[in-house]
Amino acid sequence: MVFRHKHILGIEQFTREEIHFILDTAESFKEINSRQIKKVPTLRGKTIINVFFEASTRTRTSFEVAAKRLSADTYNISASTSALVKGETLEDTAKNLEAMKPDIIVMRHNASGAPHYLADRCDFSVLNAGDGAHEHPSQALLDLMTMRQHKGRIEGLKVAIIGDITHSRVARSNLLALQKCGAEVRLCGPGTLLPTGVEQWGVPVFHRIEDAIDQADVVMMLRIQQERQGKTLLPSLREYAMYYGLNRSKLSLAREDAIVMHPGPMNRGVEISSEVADGPQNVILEQVENGVAVRMALLYLVSGGEQLEV
Amino acid sequence: MATRETIILDQPAITRALTRIAHEILESNRGTEGVVLIGIRTGGDHLALALQQRIKDIEGVTVPLGIVDITMYRDDLASRGSLPVGKTEIPFALDDKALVLVDDVLYTGRTIRAAMDAVMDLGRPRTIQLAVLIDRGHRELPIRPDYVGRNVPTAHNEQIVVAFDQANHPVEVRLIKP
Repeated sequence: MVFRHKHILGIEQFTREEIHFILDTAESFKEINSRQIKKVPTLRGKTIINVFFEASTRTRTSFEVAAKRLSADTYNISASTSALVKGETLEDTAKNLEAMKPDIIVMRHNASGAPHYLADRCDFSVLNAGDGAHEHPSQALLDLMTMRQHKGRIEGLKVAIIGDITHSRVARSNLLALQKCGAEVRLCGPGTLLPTGVEQWGVPVFHRIEDAIDQADVVMMLRIQQERQGKTLLPSLREYAMYYGLNRSKLSLAREDAIVMHPGPMNRGVEISSEVADGPQNVILEQVENGVAVRMALLYLVSGGEQLEV
Repeated sequence: MATRETIILDQPAITRALTRIAHEILESNRGTEGVVLIGIRTGGDHLALALQQRIKDIEGVTVPLGIVDITMYRDDLASRGSLPVGKTEIPFALDDKALVLVDDVLYTGRTIRAAMDAVMDLGRPRTIQLAVLIDRGHRELPIRPDYVGRNVPTAHNEQIVVAFDQANHPVEVRLIKP
């Protein structure tokens, strides 16, 4: 199979075969991370700029580690240190970066569609590291990689995604990826955190976490994004924790071998209790570990020459 | 235009060549002490397995066998596109080992260059030796094999195909002329 994508903008651009191909590629790269010398020369001479208009520790570090392990040269720009605060438009910022001839721009932006906007206007490859409430493709891919490692498959898995569905690009990318790969997705959250029209997404929606978790193979908790929502969506975090927070007794409704996932950063005591977050079923740090491998795979796959624009 | 195919090695000839190479490896390393076989994906890994079996038949010792995938070390990413990356499986230390790289066809030498870089990122072998079933010439790098099944003079536009059966045993080597 030849991978023919110049940009990674969202899960929506991939077929099921391509998703599994990316995961297979990531499995091959994963071995490098446990070597003593954690570096291969694959992307030597490539220039990668991480442009993060939104705060991020995990994703930015993960992309940077991935790029450096492939011997690419990486540079980081964050909103607070960029000319964006001086009123420059996104396109001008991009055109200036383009003049420095980077090969790949990894971008996180608070506006949905910002990476697509750049991909249409610039020569370099664009990797979406999260755009607004739209998509976060590398997160969904690392989540699927973790599920596949634990369960041996994606197809037929019962996956409950619980929390702030409206504001979550993680939920959206995961839903798309899991649906393409044949998993059975259930969404759950209080009415105020479910997007309008969610009934048309083609998956069951629950308002009680107990119903969503019942016999699930995977329980994916989402972060309550206090910075993204107004004050009015939740009466109180304590009430949310009581009804929608994952604790040991709620988790006991899932399958005995269910795994618990969280994209981080966790609000302990809100969406997830410490006993579950540190419990035997959590795979949260494995997700982070797989994240480096998935991002190595994505950087490698968009770097091949003579690809068709998709 | 019709292509012409010639079988240059059949199964018995391949078997004899591999048996001879196994003997030569044992002779020049004075036995199996420290010898490890590393097959280059794909093709070389199957031949390395066959060599491991021959060495066991001769000396009664199973030498360690690993597989290296060189995709991450290629020098032609920009022109070839992103090829699938296979797994490197070398579950033992390479330090101070007599490492025998095994490949099916030696041509420009670029694959071997990449394989040497790959294994040297994993450890510091005492020596690296090279065993190939076919040496077809046209080297672009200063690389020479230590063990050769058959030297086959070829033109650039010809192809050498080492065919394996479903159990990954080598069955024949074909020369394809355009």
